[in-house]
Amino acid sequence: MLLELDNVAGRYGRNAVLHGVSAAVGAGELVALVGSNGAGKTTLLRVISGVGPASTGRIRFAGHDIARLAPDRRVRLGIAQVPEGRQVFAPQSVDDNLRLGGFTRPRRALGPELERIYALLPALAARRRQLAGTLSGGEQQMLAIGRALMAAPKLLLLDEPSLGLAPLVVAAVFRLIADLKRAGTTILLVEQNAQAALAIADRGYVIETGRLVLEDTGTALLANPRVREAYLGV
Amino acid sequence: MAEFLQFTFSGVTVGAIYALVALGFAIIYNASQIINFAQGEFVMLGGMATVVLAAAGLPLPVAIVGAVAIAVAVGLLLERGAVEPARHASVVTLIIITIGASIFLRGVAQVLFGKDFHRLPAFSGDAPIVVGGAMLLPQTLWVLGVTALVVVLLHGFFTRTLFGKAMLATAHNPLAAALVGIDTRRMLAVSFGLAAGLGAIAGILIAPITLTAYDVGIMLGLKGFAAAILGGLGSFPGAIVGGLLLGLAEALTAGYVSSAYKDAIAFVAILAVLFVRPSGLLSLGRSERV
Repeated sequence: MLLELDNVAGRYGRNAVLHGVSAAVGAGELVALVGSNGAGKTTLLRVISGVGPASTGRIRFAGHDIARLAPDRRVRLGIAQVPEGRQVFAPQSVDDNLRLGGFTRPRRALGPELERIYALLPALAARRRQLAGTLSGGEQQMLAIGRALMAAPKLLLLDEPSLGLAPLVVAAVFRLIADLKRAGTTILLVEQNAQAALAIADRGYVIETGRLVLEDTGTALLANPRVREAYLGV
Repeated sequence: MAEFLQFTFSGVTVGAIYALVALGFAIIYNASQIINFAQGEFVMLGGMATVVLAAAGLPLPVAIVGAVAIAVAVGLLLERGAVEPARHASVVTLIIITIGASIFLRGVAQVLFGKDFHRLPAFSGDAPIVVGGAMLLPQTLWVLGVTALVVVLLHGFFTRTLFGKAMLATAHNPLAAALVGIDTRRMLAVSFGLAAGLGAIAGILIAPITLTAYDVGIMLGLKGFAAAILGGLGSFPGAIVGGLLLGLAEALTAGYVSSAYKDAIAFVAILAVLFVRPSGLLSLGRSERV
């Protein structure tokens, strides 16, 4: 397995937000993590990236024990995250945002990588010099994904990429995620939009109040009565 | 007219110094929201260390480079030794730490250098150049030239190098910066080193004109702070404009009203800005930090 979480717990101050989470993501897999607001999805991604609350338990990535590593060391090992709310560097240009995404890589690798990202996300290519803060929500989401891809990640963590976007844009974002998976990128996708996420996922986990309560293939979870009732509004 | 020109020369000179000090405030504020009240001590260190190194027999250019290096080292040590260990404390706590650091540095300087005023020779003589009936000191040209060069280099650093862009990105969004693999703690250390270097350069440039002593950092630090507030705290263009405006206002007040009111101008300017436009003349309109 590329990423293995073993009994991971996390807390903000005195509040425990994750209770003994054990999960795994295999190389090339697209794994969805679904759950309602406040269930601990974002916290789990932050713990994996090392920017979250203090955590206990083991986190192994590509054979390394990363639980104590600083966030930048984890990016260098190959973990890139597209954070919730996009978090682009608003006062800087699209070009600069993407280059900063490749901050951990050799400078000479950035030029060719940049062109590859622009080919993948043509909407951004037309706006290279534009400040990131002036982009539409959908363009900012594409930029945030492009920025994470600039790190050439072995594992891409996506936090609510469809949040607050128009339906057409949401469809485009999910198409892009499916394309990335087909191209071989390993993805851990966190979504409140359980229907869309599970539809493209190989496997899925359901998280409730900081605990993983279900694990199955994406198709099986979509058909699971408990999931349908709680997350698909059926 | 010659009189007005004379006041303008002296205002722009001291204004450029305030601008350099204000840029130091802006860099650290952007990186951490800390107002570094030890900024004035970096200014003092620059001037005093140059005096001491030159008195020890080093050629002036070598002494200057050495003094800037000493100030940068002190800035890095201050960040590592006093700010970094308290990283999780509130910003107010960190600001109070910088106040403590400034008192400490001033005390050490008093013990090492004594309480006397020291003089640094002007870089290229004291023979004034007459321009439109006003006297222009060669050192004034040094102050303006070096300040302009520093501003250009700083601009290049933040807009042309990936490292500079990463510093700006960290200032704007520390979470996203950490997620792209920027070591955000190192960025804070670099900002202290950079601010210390800028302060030291200011202190060295002004020392031949105003003399220097262990406690010159108090007033120069406060004036630089006033300039930073006037221009909009955290704005680089604001720091430069604020510094020049403050310097000019002081010189014109000293010339046409009374030099007794000169030092009050900075504080009147702070009050006026806080009443009328608290975000400063060239405020950034910063977006919300997460």
